[in-house]
Order: sequence, then C-alpha cells, then structure tokens
Amino acid sequence: MSEAVRETAAETTMETGSAVVRDPTGLHARPAVKLTKLAKSFDAMVEVRAQRGENWVNAKSPNAVMKLKVAHGETISIRASGVDAAAAIAALVGLIERDFDG
Amino acid sequence: MSERVAIVIVSHSPDVARGAADMVREMVGAEVPVAWCGGNPAGGLGTDVAAIQAAIRSVNGPKGIAVLVDLGGAETNSEMAIELMSDELKGNVVICNAPIVEGAVMAATEAAGGASLEAVRATAEEFHS
Repeated sequence: MSEAVRETAAETTMETGSAVVRDPTGLHARPAVKLTKLAKSFDAMVEVRAQRGENWVNAKSPNAVMKLKVAHGETISIRASGVDAAAAIAALVGLIERDFDG
Repeated sequence: MSERVAIVIVSHSPDVARGAADMVREMVGAEVPVAWCGGNPAGGLGTDVAAIQAAIRSVNGPKGIAVLVDLGGAETNSEMAIELMSDELKGNVVICNAPIVEGAVMAATEAAGGASLEAVRATAEEFHS
C-alpha cells in the first residue's frame, strides 16, 4: 500500500523550467498558438505561469495562454508532470528561447 | 494523428472568410484542412447554401468538420446546408457558437493536436477575449 502511494507520488513529480520572452510585443497570438501546439504534442500535463501572475494555466489551452498577456522581457515559468514531462519542458523552453522560431 | 478535424469558415463577406482562413493557415499551419465561403451567388454580401455544402464536402474527413459562421443568415444557411446533406455527413459536422475569426484560430489550434470534434468545438466556444 505505502509502496504504491510512493510510486504514484514519484510519477507526479513536477519537472520545471523557465525562459524569457524576447519578442518586443510579448507572447501575442501567434507565439501563443505555437506554444500550445507544442505542449499538446506531449502526454504530460503542462502548465505555464507569467512572471507577474500567480495562476498556473494549462499550456495546451490557447485561450488560457493568450490571456496571460506575457510581456516582452517577462519570464514564463513552466511545469509539467507525466512520462514525457522532462522532454516537454526542454521543448517549450527551447521554443521560447528561440523566440518562437521567428 | 494524421487525420484532423477540418474547419469551414462561412461569412457574408468573401474577404472576411478568406482572411480568417489565411489567419488559420498562417498561425496554426497547413496540417488542419480549412475551407471557406462567403458572398451570395450574385456576387454581393450574403451566404449561399450550395457554396457552404461545397466547402464542407471539400474538407470532409473521418474526424469531422467544425463550422464557424458570422451573422444570422450565415448560421441559418449553414444549418440548412448541413440539414440537406446525407445522414453520414450530417453527423460529422457541427456549427460552433464562437466569434468567426478567433473561433477559427482556436478551433484549428485544438484540431492540430488531433483532438476530437467535440473538443475542437469546446475550445472555440470557450473563447473570451
């Protein structure tokens, strides 16, 4: 019983990361769509948070990500849990650091 | 994942419909099938049942079709267009209660990930600017 609980707890360990938004207009519609599309390609639960915000929102929801209104120079925090959580974090951090591939 | 829900955009104005389709292709990508129609057969503003049906048929696929409409007649003509199609097609098409441009982009974003027609509709309909 306790073994099973521990295993479950281990599986839900959060992977985390962060990256700074470089686009002069911030995380506007087009990059927000890119971010959600990439997040959706992972099975992991992925959430993002704006530097000046308190709420974690679903990174797979374009509505939620756009509403964060992340500004230029602001850091986006990312957290993920699930089998491919680490890969999801690496991919999303990479996308933001590459300025959403132009 | 190769099959995705398709998007059909029905506006009174062909320019609006084409522009919304352009936004979907540019912002979301070409992997989501998009068709559009707008204007009446006389070349004015309006919508046309036959044109809506042609747009729906042009992107018909196993995952279904989400239709985005603008004002009044676009919705009633889309309903009529769907009503007059085969039962098989009819069950595969939904009209989303969402703003046409924003809804199309949101629906396509959801569709790009391989989501079901119901999930695509829900994402379009939960849009609040």
